Amino acid sequence: MISVRNVYKRFGPQVVLNGVSVEIEPGKTTAVVGPSGVGKSVLLKLIMGLMTPDSGEIFIGGDNITSARGERAKNEIRRSLGVLFQSAALFDSLTIYENIAFSLRERMLIRPSKAHKQVLDMAESLSLVPYLKNYPEQVSIGIRKRVGMARALITQPKVLLVDEPNTGLDPLDGQEVYDLINACKIQWGFTGLVISHELPEVFQVSDRVAMILGGEIIIEGTPAELIASSNPAVQQFLNGRTDGPIKIQ
Amino acid sequence: MNIVAATENFGSFIIDTTERWGRSWIFLSRVLSALVRPPFRPYLYFQQLLQIGVNSSLVIALIALFTGAVLAVQGEYTLSKFGANAYTGPAVALSLIRELGPVLTALMVIGRAGSAVTAEIGIMRITEQIDALRSMAVDPIKYLMAPRLLAGLIAMPLLCGMFNVVGIFGGYIVAVGLLDLSAGTFMSQIESAVGLVDIYSGFIKATVFGLIFGWVSCYKGYTCGFGAQGVNKATTQSVVTASVAVLIVDYFLTSVLTRVFMK
Repeated sequence: MISVRNVYKRFGPQVVLNGVSVEIEPGKTTAVVGPSGVGKSVLLKLIMGLMTPDSGEIFIGGDNITSARGERAKNEIRRSLGVLFQSAALFDSLTIYENIAFSLRERMLIRPSKAHKQVLDMAESLSLVPYLKNYPEQVSIGIRKRVGMARALITQPKVLLVDEPNTGLDPLDGQEVYDLINACKIQWGFTGLVISHELPEVFQVSDRVAMILGGEIIIEGTPAELIASSNPAVQQFLNGRTDGPIKIQ
Repeated sequence: MNIVAATENFGSFIIDTTERWGRSWIFLSRVLSALVRPPFRPYLYFQQLLQIGVNSSLVIALIALFTGAVLAVQGEYTLSKFGANAYTGPAVALSLIRELGPVLTALMVIGRAGSAVTAEIGIMRITEQIDALRSMAVDPIKYLMAPRLLAGLIAMPLLCGMFNVVGIFGGYIVAVGLLDLSAGTFMSQIESAVGLVDIYSGFIKATVFGLIFGWVSCYKGYTCGFGAQGVNKATTQSVVTASVAVLIVDYFLTSVLTRVFMK
């Protein structure tokens, strides 16, 4: 479903991604993990077509987003994506209701009266009905994440991309986001890519895990394989130790 | 500093400047092409007309009233030295319609609405709202920039027209009410001195200034740097760049339009 093939990306002299390849099968979820600043979010932006790699290819459902010319061609591929951003990235001038309805109204050009039922159903599924008239600033970050999830899923995307699902959340809200991802996976059955540095919490939503370090994928496998790995960098990261091959920047 | 380093610095300055210019022109062409490409979302255009046009009208009227009043006082003082104070009306009207109306309207709208547009788009940029739009296959150029540019193009001439009318009214109150000029003389001299070409040239200027307003304020917001400081810098640059551009373009437009319409 998502195929990242030998992708290179550099910013000036700094090589961020150095030949990264990841395959995600339909209906499965892969977590890309690694310390801060190793290029996880850059990888996500490349998959969304918000950045262009220096070389390599990225396919989403068979369509090559890296070779798509112009925003219109990329938009055709992006129609199969739903994205939950790190900060939820809700539109702060719109209410929660309008945020959830946004893709239906502005992308699919569905009339507000026709979109209404879909918005209410989605709000009910994610327990957002009491907040529909609020603005994003008036609700907690946990609820904003839920709204972000509702906005991402309302068009029933084939692929869900999640950037750092529990950044800024307390442990309870963080767990709630993971439970939400799992519940939505069961209900909507999307292919997922989760970017995170939270281990082992992210394992509960992942079928496979890829760890990125120094611009390269140093290990890819099931969560159990990652835990059992003898790679000192993996063990250092898993155990949150400061001593080891990963240098604190 | 040796000559090689100086040449290098100069070269990179030229390349950077050319690149920035090129990007801003490409940005403008993308916004203009988005204006004529479906889907059209009329409610977004009306929203921006309200923000940029209607909400600026009170402050524009206030500035216009006192500008007209000051012009009447200064005009009457100067013209009376030549025994020509009967021409106070045309002095006020021509100054407003040909020059001060478009320029002051543009500067006020840039200060009030231009900074708001840049800050709003800049904040959307740094909080990933623009990335969110793109990820949802909604073109931010079409959704955010095109309505603001078109609203500037429509609102600026309309506000300029209002500025002229209110300004002349302010001049009339002072000239007739306080300086004892005859109301008939004031109005009839305006009628005979102001031609359609003066009005055209004022509106052409206002339309061009509307384009500058929309272009600069949207572009600076769209290309804003990181964090609060990035938005702060972009907003300042937007107001300064657009204001300076209006004054420079005003000189060239005045020169060209005067020649064209005088023929």
